[in-house]
Amino acid sequence: MIVPRLALQSLRNRALTASLTVLAIAFSVMLLLGVEKVRTGARQSFADTISGTDLIVGARSGAIQLLLYSVFRIGNATNNVTWKSYSDIAKRPEVDWIVPISLGDSHHGFRVLGTTPDYFTRYKYRHGQALAFADGKPFSDLFDAVIGADVAQALGYHVGDEIVVAHGVGSISFVEHKDKPFRVSGILAKTGTPVDRTVHVSLEAIEAIHVDWQNGIPMPGQSISADEVRTMHLEPKAVTAALLGLKSKLATFKLQRAINEYAEEPLSAIIPGAALQELWGLVGTAETALSIVSAMVVATALLGMVTMVLTTLNERRREMAILRSVGARPATILGLLATEAGMLTLAGVVLGTALLYAALLLLQPLIDRVYGLHLTIDPPTAREWLTLGTIVLAGFLAGLLPAMRAYRLSLADGMTVRT
Amino acid sequence: MQRSLPEMQTPDVVSMSGVRFRWRGPRAFSLAIDSFALRAKERVLLIGPSGAGKSTFLSLLCGIVTPSEGRLEVLGTDMAKLSSSGRDRFRAEHFGIIFQMFNLLPYGSVLDNVLLPLSFAPKRRRRASQGGTIESEASRLLASLGLDPKEVEGLSTANLSVGQQQRVAAARALIGAPELIVADEPTSALDRNRQQAFLDLLFADVAAAGASLIMVSHEEELGKRFDRVVRLDEIATSERRAAA
Repeated sequence: MIVPRLALQSLRNRALTASLTVLAIAFSVMLLLGVEKVRTGARQSFADTISGTDLIVGARSGAIQLLLYSVFRIGNATNNVTWKSYSDIAKRPEVDWIVPISLGDSHHGFRVLGTTPDYFTRYKYRHGQALAFADGKPFSDLFDAVIGADVAQALGYHVGDEIVVAHGVGSISFVEHKDKPFRVSGILAKTGTPVDRTVHVSLEAIEAIHVDWQNGIPMPGQSISADEVRTMHLEPKAVTAALLGLKSKLATFKLQRAINEYAEEPLSAIIPGAALQELWGLVGTAETALSIVSAMVVATALLGMVTMVLTTLNERRREMAILRSVGARPATILGLLATEAGMLTLAGVVLGTALLYAALLLLQPLIDRVYGLHLTIDPPTAREWLTLGTIVLAGFLAGLLPAMRAYRLSLADGMTVRT
Repeated sequence: MQRSLPEMQTPDVVSMSGVRFRWRGPRAFSLAIDSFALRAKERVLLIGPSGAGKSTFLSLLCGIVTPSEGRLEVLGTDMAKLSSSGRDRFRAEHFGIIFQMFNLLPYGSVLDNVLLPLSFAPKRRRRASQGGTIESEASRLLASLGLDPKEVEGLSTANLSVGQQQRVAAARALIGAPELIVADEPTSALDRNRQQAFLDLLFADVAAAGASLIMVSHEEELGKRFDRVVRLDEIATSERRAAA
């Protein structure tokens, strides 16, 4: 076993360049796997956001747009659903439950969502998990609000605090519903979904704070106080969207069709899973681009490795002539160099994978908190193993390039030791 | 000129006749050796002025390259009839080679350097382990070459003087008793006193192993210590062409 040992010692002799090469490969592997983890993590996060809802109903629009604004609080609704349409759909025999969603106001950049108390029992996330209260209870009074975990943490709110809702959804708003402040009645437990970043109030409250408004601005001289509004009949004129649960899933397509063809108002009904699939199709291109970039970074690292092995060839011609003189075949020298490249790549891949898992363990809580992205720490998937195996193989094959050159050099040098 | 007579009582270790070889490529160089023979246990000094084709002669002798014409036999084996890997194995089993300098793998230990050829030559390995282990044989050779095995074996070769390195190289060439020792100016990096001492030790060990020795040098005054002196330019003609 002298030859492998000498090869290892030769490598140790070049420890600095070798370890830098390994580090470059490790970082590139870390990037490649990291992109994959974030990609699957983001998909999982999105897919986990809504569960148990059979249909989402909104004004006529694209499926992705409706899904984004109703569930993910991304973008805005083009139009509303009238209360009449909402009531018609709610009365249909296939419908088991219906929860309205009314958007359009905000609180310090967090969206305000008007809904019914059913929301807290009907809305499900991550494989049918229900919302839970970390503190307090659902809203019972007109001006009660239930805030998500991130809202409570970011703004330091506790049950009983008073908050003022702003009109519009920007983080800085000049028009506030100052005359009708809310009181925090409950704080939801962390879910890892947009619910964490939402302020929930009752549908009537949304109506109440806009009762003296017209066309998006307060009507001058017509202010109605919070006490006065309690006495009024606060039936909403419209909602933004509605989440639907059906008695039988078999009726999903039939009801979807019926809503899409609803005569009195242009409406859209979407199946959340199908809309998500459509969304993946849209972001798939970006994901592919990201994967290609990481693959190119890995290729660059392997190129660096080949360069390193190539540049050491000249100073190793002596080593090769000595090996040839004691009877090593040119094929042995070829194998030695290709193995060296393969071992460097393997070391890089192992180190990169280890670094990624270390980084995941370290940063997972932070990423979860800051980006709401829950990255699961699983052993590498079959696909990832395949990727890692391919990189090692590519490194070995790339090593054949300097190895072939060494082979030719050792044939040409023969017994002459060049230094 | 010595004439090779293959039918004599002991066969020649090396016998060449009518050998022609040409390097291809930009540094085209051709060498023609009419006749050369080395008898068993003979010690020959080969005087090769620079440019006479010394490296080519050694490459042919050691089977790195094969002649395009003529006959080249080592220990009765026609080198041209062996495959390239067959020649590598043949070299491993039957040749001990000492270079001018930089003989050793600098990062390896002395012991690993001495034992290196045995990884490629199972018969030599068997011969080397006859009196005990291959390690004890390496120690014996190092000691006979004037190195204290206990002191040097674990050392990295980078810590040795040039003279010590050449003695380790000699031990590597001699281990497992190959039939032919080829030394390419092994003493050129040594001063005169060390040269003599090195040759004394080398000769004693070559004789003890019953091997033959071809040593290449440009120092003719070393010739009196050898059985025979051969001038390369007298047995061979070389031609160097400028790049075409």
